[in-house]
Amino acid sequence: MDVQLNPEESSLLRFTTAGSVDDGKSTLIGRLLYDCKSIFEDQLAAVEESSKRRGDEHVNLALLTDGLRAEREQGITIDVAYRYFATPKRKFIIADTPGHVQYTRNMVTGASTADLAIILIDARQGVVEQTRRHAFLAGLLRIQQVVLAVNKMDLVDYDQKVFDSICADFMRFAADLENPVAIMPIPMSALNGDNVVDASEKMSWYSGPTLLEHLETVKVHLGEAHVESRYPVQWVIRPMSDEHHDYRGYAGRVASGSFKVGDEVIAYPAGLTSKITGIHTFNGDCEETEPALSYSIELADEIDISRGDLLAKPENPPHVTQNLDAMICWFSEKKMKTRGRYYLRHTTREVRAVVQEVVYKVDITTLDKVAEQTEFSMNDIGCIRLRLATPIFCDAYSVNRITGSFVLVDEQTNNTVAAGMIVRTLDGADDPDAAGAYAI
Amino acid sequence: MSLTHLQYLESEAIYVLRETAAQFQKPALLFSGGKDSIVMAWLARKAFYPARIPFPLLHVDTGHNFPEAMTYRDEFVKEIRANLVVGLVQKSIDEGRVVEEKGPNASRNKLQTVTLLDTIEENEFDACLGGGRRDEEKARAKERFFSHRDSFGQWDPKNQRPELWNIFNGRKHFGEHFRVFPLSNWTEMDVWQYIRQEKIPLPSLYFSHQRKVINRHGQLLDTETGFVNLLEEEKAKIQEMTIRFRTVGDVTCTGAVLSEAATLDDIVAEVAAARQTERGTRADDRRSETAMEDRKKEGYF
Repeated sequence: MDVQLNPEESSLLRFTTAGSVDDGKSTLIGRLLYDCKSIFEDQLAAVEESSKRRGDEHVNLALLTDGLRAEREQGITIDVAYRYFATPKRKFIIADTPGHVQYTRNMVTGASTADLAIILIDARQGVVEQTRRHAFLAGLLRIQQVVLAVNKMDLVDYDQKVFDSICADFMRFAADLENPVAIMPIPMSALNGDNVVDASEKMSWYSGPTLLEHLETVKVHLGEAHVESRYPVQWVIRPMSDEHHDYRGYAGRVASGSFKVGDEVIAYPAGLTSKITGIHTFNGDCEETEPALSYSIELADEIDISRGDLLAKPENPPHVTQNLDAMICWFSEKKMKTRGRYYLRHTTREVRAVVQEVVYKVDITTLDKVAEQTEFSMNDIGCIRLRLATPIFCDAYSVNRITGSFVLVDEQTNNTVAAGMIVRTLDGADDPDAAGAYAI
Repeated sequence: MSLTHLQYLESEAIYVLRETAAQFQKPALLFSGGKDSIVMAWLARKAFYPARIPFPLLHVDTGHNFPEAMTYRDEFVKEIRANLVVGLVQKSIDEGRVVEEKGPNASRNKLQTVTLLDTIEENEFDACLGGGRRDEEKARAKERFFSHRDSFGQWDPKNQRPELWNIFNGRKHFGEHFRVFPLSNWTEMDVWQYIRQEKIPLPSLYFSHQRKVINRHGQLLDTETGFVNLLEEEKAKIQEMTIRFRTVGDVTCTGAVLSEAATLDDIVAEVAAARQTERGTRADDRRSETAMEDRKKEGYF
């Protein structure tokens, strides 16, 4: 059953859940979907049927998300599964990912589009290595909201002391994360439904929101409209019709900030300035853009602008760079080696790139930085230095998730082999980031 | 201002449609006359406005169509000023490329795959936009926006390219192609709310009407078009009922639901109260537990 959202007011929240079956992750997602009435009769019947055939003791809700034959056969999630549910207030997209080390790349993928991460902790186990890794990844991908779901409270007698001590433990190392995160700890029992959708009667000492209340009300995308304005051009619209004879619109989706009719803009890489004369959509013209919406923008002057170019404002320009340091997560079975050459895809632009050096690798168990490395294997995370054949127009990932991110593509197989987050650019004295360039 | 969920989904779909036009030489939009492909074509019109959609619509025609869907198709294509390419399953049968199924459950649904792949090859299409959504079916929950197909049109679910942020990798070797799904993140409810918001015209089949149907294994199948092979004992059991279709495809595998929903508001309310997924009315998905994954691996939509 799909809840009827109010289409005028409902917003959208994308969140990720990383964890293993042992943490009760599938139970939690199943509980959210079930209690929000997002599981249909035929889906439930199909899952009940398969559970019975497999000899599972309970209805195995993981079978709802583990749809691929290999996953069902092996009883594991091997990919990111996207699930959808809605309440009258919000539509939710869950990126459900497996939690073990060998699926780090899947967690990174799921986290890249998430506004919030749910980190599951088994109340009996407390903060374990996996918890730290999940928190590290959430910070690395700049997910600003984290829910610390302390699950299986029923197995520790709903004891407040256990909960408080786990929270204190988690807060201690969360202070050192790559990017700051807001943390909301919630004690729950996904199995019994305590504090998932309905408030628990067994934990009167907890006065905070239930998980769903928090998901429905948490504020995300704060300040997006107020940061630097960036508009990557996807496509040039030229109708060549009698009616729109001279129309030349730059089609794109606003990456950040806003543009108004009359604004002065700089087009990169041309470096030329012009004024916005029109902001168009099918539904009519606008005076001003909203972040994340798609438009067609017209300029006063005929400048040579095409796909891969960027419109920005002169008062806060992007970094124009051919040398940069970036945190990457390696996705491929084929190892990354120093001097390796790849295509780098950044917003709508593609350039060739060569790996200059490995700055450091992160030991994914201890989270320590390890120097003097030359290659990356699948699931490795670390900082590398890249040189590009032609410039890109970018920002640090810490300030802009769209213009600060890229992927690397293998030149032979065309596969996407790495996710990258720009840490700093390394060109010229006029670049404000260059000063600290070699500091690690 | 924060975006409404429909604004977000619309902008995301437009972004994907523009990426498709930009990254491929010769894309096509798979148009069945069903509501998802109608919404996708509508979004394509918005994405490139005031220019025309820079790629054709492609209809893989099983020949077993509802006449209402055909009339609608031709009018809609005219209204949005799109080009239409039709691939005929009948042609594949005549040429001996496929053999028609026999028996009461005979359907041309599976045969479409060959016609589709042949049409892709003949026209040298390198990307096909489809209206598939991840909420439809469990194998689709792991589908990418840009889904790579090898030179045999096959999908390898274990070896999919990761998709991060809004970066889509459409690089390919000669002979390979892509399926692109701009509506990946939409649910059935989102589609209906969007149709209502945009006032998109739909085939009359989606709205409540009287129809002579038979009940076969819990599915209400049409008997008026003559495409469903009826068993002798079924002929006596034809009943006129008040129904509508939740999905519109090949007549032989599209089941109707009992419904009084005559307006978009009625349908939105009905979808909100539904206890079965819309694919619960599709005979093609019921053939086995991983029927969809198996068909997709072969190159199905």
